[in-house]
Amino acid sequence: MQKALSLHDTTPAIELSGVSKVFATASGEPVHALNYTNLTIGAGEFITVVGASGCGKTTLLRLVAGLERSSSGTIRINGAPQVGPSEQAGIVFQDATLLPWRTVMQNVLLPVQVLKLDARKYGERARALLETVGLKDFTNKYPHELSGGMRQRVAITRALVHDPAMLLMDEPFGALDAMTRDQMNLELLDIWAATRKTVVLITHSITESVFLADRVIVMSPRPGRVVEEIVIDLPRPRTLEMINKEEFGKYVRHIRGLLGAGAHARNGATP
Amino acid sequence: MTVQSESAVGSVSVPSLPAKPSMLARITDKLVSPFFAILLVAYWEFHVRYFEVDALLLPPPSKILVSLWHGLASGLFLEHLGITIYRALSGFLIAMFMGIALGALISQFKFIEKTVYPWVVALQTVPKIAIAPLILVWCGYGSLSKIVTATLVAFFPILVNTIIGLRSCEQGKLDLMRSLKAGRWLTFRMVQLPNALPFIFAGLSVAVVFSILGALVGEFVGSKDGIGFLILDANYQLNIPRVFALLIMLAAYGITCHVLLRYAHRKLVFWNDQHNVTSA
Ligand SMILES: Nc1ncnc2c1ncn2[C@@H]1O[C@H](COP(=O)(O)OP(=O)(O)OP(=O)(O)O)[C@@H](O)[C@H]1O
Ligand SMILES: [Mg+2]
Repeated sequence: MQKALSLHDTTPAIELSGVSKVFATASGEPVHALNYTNLTIGAGEFITVVGASGCGKTTLLRLVAGLERSSSGTIRINGAPQVGPSEQAGIVFQDATLLPWRTVMQNVLLPVQVLKLDARKYGERARALLETVGLKDFTNKYPHELSGGMRQRVAITRALVHDPAMLLMDEPFGALDAMTRDQMNLELLDIWAATRKTVVLITHSITESVFLADRVIVMSPRPGRVVEEIVIDLPRPRTLEMINKEEFGKYVRHIRGLLGAGAHARNGATP
Repeated sequence: MTVQSESAVGSVSVPSLPAKPSMLARITDKLVSPFFAILLVAYWEFHVRYFEVDALLLPPPSKILVSLWHGLASGLFLEHLGITIYRALSGFLIAMFMGIALGALISQFKFIEKTVYPWVVALQTVPKIAIAPLILVWCGYGSLSKIVTATLVAFFPILVNTIIGLRSCEQGKLDLMRSLKAGRWLTFRMVQLPNALPFIFAGLSVAVVFSILGALVGEFVGSKDGIGFLILDANYQLNIPRVFALLIMLAAYGITCHVLLRYAHRKLVFWNDQHNVTSA
């Protein structure tokens, strides 16, 4: 709620105005993945994005990350026009995307190596982060020796290691069971509370979207547009008990209503 | 990684531990193949002697062994094997460096891909063996023509596999590097090359056999030394046991290369041991 106030007196961390993305396809028929989207995200805000499969969520995230060029409209990052990928964004891809020939530690330190940062200083940081996510004893293991949830935690640690101002996450917990997911959500909120990064997180779980967010962005089916932005007025720190509260349920029902019947099928993971 | 999937016949497995074949099962497992070989050789010996097969067509194994022993004891075989190995191995190593380097260039630079790759595809369909006589004319009677032939034959499997391996890199891994603004070289070194290693090794294990073939054909076409020369020579003299003995020498070298490559593959590509069955 304080976040919402601070929106007015600082430059937004991320600002999309009139952004569209059209993909050319092999069949010749263009795909309108994103249609005239406006979105303003304040620094330190925790934003979640929900919408039916194929509505352009990943496209939106890739545009913000600078991995994709918009067909029209402008994207500003901290007030400056977006020109491409930036080390100010830490990205967690839909699948963990770890390098199998690198140990957990080496994977986490990949950004440090690529960005030529101080190896010793960030090595300490990586160690501390891995301890936070409970992987202290796995630093020298290889990805194929880890569970899916552990791999995702490594990917999150990697996104955080160079201390980027933004964290962009594409369904980071999609492949996890409900219990691990809850635990990961709490860990993520802890990290966010400690660092106050701007977070944009895509999810298929409405519960998760409400639980984590300051604001939930609901997108329409293709071509994707922002249907509604819902400010989640729940106290922080969030606890799992809140999920059963009436207020929480109201948000969930409202979003479910917006998404319509199509989205229900994909929302099985959480109660 | 080291867990064997074959069920241990007749052994009682320990619960909760990954089923490790019992000692007995492992030994019998290892012995099955040699046992069959011995059986086959014994039958060969028996058949040739019993039915009095002409030694010019198929000599008995005992004669081959005697011939092999004489060849080894006189030092003749090893001297010529050394020459052939020198040619085959040189060809293989040159092909390896050139194949990987050109594969990398083709995968990295659109310009090179457009100008060179069509030629590569076209040349690949030409049976390289067919130009061995030409190479003899161009490169002379000595080792060079054999090395060139071996290189030519071994080069393409390495090149093609390198290109496929480098191209097969997952988009997600490339996006990860791009999101960190990693340069072309860094992306190649840290992601694409290690990602291509399983493919490159598959190419190498084909190429190592091809390189022996190339050296041998080079020697057949015109040479005064090397195993190929000895085989032709023995053939003219109708010394068939010696031909077989020489084939055994070549096979020994081929198997040694294969084993060494497989060892290097296991060590270097430790992370996808599970799908290690690609190259035969
Ligand atoms: N590179 C591309 N080329 C062509 N079409 C694409 C490309 N990327 C995405 N699309 C199309 O754009 C639309 C939106 O894709 P996007 O990946 O953004 O959806 P999404 O909301 O992330 O879906 P999901 O929830 O299933 O991950 C889809 O119809 C997809 O087919
Ligand atoms: Mg997606």
